[in-house]
Amino acid sequence: MPDTPDIADRHDAVCVIGAGASGLAAIKNLREAGFEVDCYERETSVGGAWNWRHDRSPVYAGTHLITSRPLTEFPDFPMPDTWPDYPDHKMVLSYLERYSAHFGLESDVWFGTEVVSVAPTGDGRWNVTTQSTGGGSSRVQRYAGVVVANGHNWSAARPEIPGDFRGQVIHSAQYKDPAQLRNRKVLVIGGGNTGCDIAVEAAQQATMVWHSTRRGYWYAPKYVFGRPADQVNARRIPLRLRQWLYRKAVGFTAGDLTRYGVPAPDHQPYESHPTVNSQLPYYLGHGRITAVPDVTEFDGGSVVLADGRRIEPDLVITATGYRPRFEFLAPELLDTAEDGRPDLHLHAFARKHPTLAVVGLVQADFGLFPLAHWQSVAVARWLRLRVTDPERATAVQQKESTRPVASWSKRRVVPTERHWFEVDHGDYLRAVEGLLREMETAA
Amino acid sequence: MLRYEDWTDPVPAAEREVVSLTEDARTDRPPLLFVPGLGHGAWAFAETWLPRAAARGFAAHALTPRPDGDLRAQVHDVVQVAASLPRQAVLVGQGAGALVVAYAMGRYPVRAAVLAAPVMDGWPTLGAALRANPFGTLPALFGGRLRLNRRQLFGPEMPAEDAQRFLERIVARPRRELVTHDPAPRPVGDPPVLVVGSPDDRVVPRTSLDRTATRYGSAPLLFPGMGHELMLDVTWADPIEAIVDWLEKELES
Ligand SMILES: Cc1cc2nc3c(=O)[nH]c(=O)nc-3n(C[C@H](O)[C@H](O)[C@H](O)COP(=O)(O)OP(=O)(O)OC[C@H]3O[C@@H](n4cnc5c(N)ncnc54)[C@H](O)[C@@H]3O)c2cc1C
Ligand SMILES: NC(=O)c1ccc[n+]([C@@H]2O[C@H](COP(=O)([O-])OP(=O)(O)OC[C@H]3O[C@@H](n4cnc5c(N)ncnc54)[C@H](OP(=O)(O)O)[C@@H]3O)[C@@H](O)[C@H]2O)c1
Repeated sequence: MPDTPDIADRHDAVCVIGAGASGLAAIKNLREAGFEVDCYERETSVGGAWNWRHDRSPVYAGTHLITSRPLTEFPDFPMPDTWPDYPDHKMVLSYLERYSAHFGLESDVWFGTEVVSVAPTGDGRWNVTTQSTGGGSSRVQRYAGVVVANGHNWSAARPEIPGDFRGQVIHSAQYKDPAQLRNRKVLVIGGGNTGCDIAVEAAQQATMVWHSTRRGYWYAPKYVFGRPADQVNARRIPLRLRQWLYRKAVGFTAGDLTRYGVPAPDHQPYESHPTVNSQLPYYLGHGRITAVPDVTEFDGGSVVLADGRRIEPDLVITATGYRPRFEFLAPELLDTAEDGRPDLHLHAFARKHPTLAVVGLVQADFGLFPLAHWQSVAVARWLRLRVTDPERATAVQQKESTRPVASWSKRRVVPTERHWFEVDHGDYLRAVEGLLREMETAA
Repeated sequence: MLRYEDWTDPVPAAEREVVSLTEDARTDRPPLLFVPGLGHGAWAFAETWLPRAAARGFAAHALTPRPDGDLRAQVHDVVQVAASLPRQAVLVGQGAGALVVAYAMGRYPVRAAVLAAPVMDGWPTLGAALRANPFGTLPALFGGRLRLNRRQLFGPEMPAEDAQRFLERIVARPRRELVTHDPAPRPVGDPPVLVVGSPDDRVVPRTSLDRTATRYGSAPLLFPGMGHELMLDVTWADPIEAIVDWLEKELES
């Protein structure tokens, strides 16, 4: 493509899309590797999902971390050790704001600017088109690399339930405040962390609460043996032993929930993304939450369940999760399948485009920030190696980018969409460490 | 990368004494955090290097290590305080405090670091201590108090009563790991590191000083005639002025 005068060439600079936790880590680690960075953020402040002022933020007033502090903080910028084990969303936001201020990251962020297109130029570089969020004219700039950190918890996945419903149906993304539940008859669909949190808040606010899940889960307690449960389990021991520990933790605390009509899990612990909630069993036991099976149909004022029962809620909240979305990228760039699932090496590196990477597109039995940190360190070194030793970089890239997912992510998971990017934190970090080591011997 | 110990058994919080001078700080300059060595507290910097650095436009802080903290806890405290500062910090460690700083650099991307009279190699340091002060050192090998003497810590110019005053404040109970620890990790973020010391230091042998400097890619900046206590000895102003000069130059580039 010939140079057109309206494309501003940013030479060796790298473009980062999004200034949530993943984007901030990317800016910092790219800078440490010696890159100039331009980050575009459609909102007017940092924090991404954790900034409840953002219109796409999925957090609700009662959100607290489900992963405890030491497993959630960035590995090179700890949260204050005086903070609670499970800080709330405002604290997490203030942590991200402090991270950003501490490393002076905002000077590289263009706020209120949305990336609308990222197109390859054919020589490994990228034309990035941005537009101010309020509309206005667009601008094209050329970068040596693009790091996508746009988050995957903002585009709501809504179940298709046949029939018409007379009451109100909202997705959990629209749930913000317990007042929305007060004195209503509420059906919550989904056994992920959001669904269980909302079911518990409904138990405290609503007149009647049904909780519908299409399978049983290993609802983990937040504490066992007087310690945050994830800290007890984050050991260097085989998965089988960790599964045994997990079962024991559940056994010692809530016990077998089938006595409340909850289905038995159809999988082992860690084979579905962990749902951590100590209060759900409590409210089931107090009769404040009624467990029901999957919803099959809406019928006027009632909701039909898989066992043929009918219930009559006036508010249905579908806490059925989110899907990744990359509208600014042609699907083939990320090897995205028909169903929307990208195929990336280590869930981060585009297989055919060594200067394109995604950070934060993973989910684990662990905090996301440390994973996003190490991903962005690996991405930064990967891009750096292309500059310092292009031959070696190509060799590493060829070897790495053909590795199938199964070679580094051995965990079996329940085959639903929300588990596309589920990894075991230990296996995953070891895989990233392996890549870093390989690049190092190359240097 | 896989920090099982920190995930399953995090260092518990402890009260931390931090002495700070921030009034004259210029906003374009990173904060400095001074980390004292064995048996010392923030007091060791409070009357000398701290105000001098502050006078030159830096926010200056000094941390007192938690009582009885092991190396891991001390590193934890330094990283906690550094991360609590508004901007990316410069760490300055003296003596065994330099070892703590070297470890902290593996955990936190410092803006820059200074290792002053760094006690980095356990065995040579122990050898030097046994030669210079056998009777003060031996009890410490068996869990007792380390008794340091004036000739060990200060240059010949140091007035006896000043030295005595400081020696009384130093309550040193070295842990075995000061000798047996692993080599310090590689710093994250590739920061500039300055090593300063004295050829007449009777705690840190010259060879050890050179080895540390080589490890961080430079030669040591030397202050002949001074003892180990670079921030308390008579000419304490020289090293801190040189440190700040170096820092200013590094910040420009
Ligand atoms: C309710 C809830 C609770 C959670 N709890 C935990 C927890 O306990 N522990 C944990 O580790 N994780 C948790 N998570 C996961 C959470 O998503 C991550 O912690 C983290 O916020 C993800 O950060 P990110 O930067 O990858 O994405 P985001 O935080 O979503 O940030 C993406 C940013 O990119 C911007 N952006 C998107 N598209 C564009 C574009 N085209 N142009 C410009 N900017 C764009 C967005 O505005 C946003 O600021 C939770 C998620 C939810 C929904
Ligand atoms: N810190 C916190 O407190 C907190 C709170 C909320 C969320 N989070 C995090 O945010 C992310 C999103 O969580 P989430 O709970 O919103 O979503 P999620 O993890 O994707 O869970 C969605 C739930 O809905 C079910 N589901 C999906 N589609 C369905 C359908 N068509 N019909 C019936 N059920 C359906 C899923 O069942 P299957 O099991 O069959 O897929 C699952 O139980 C996760 O990483 C989570 O850990 C954290």
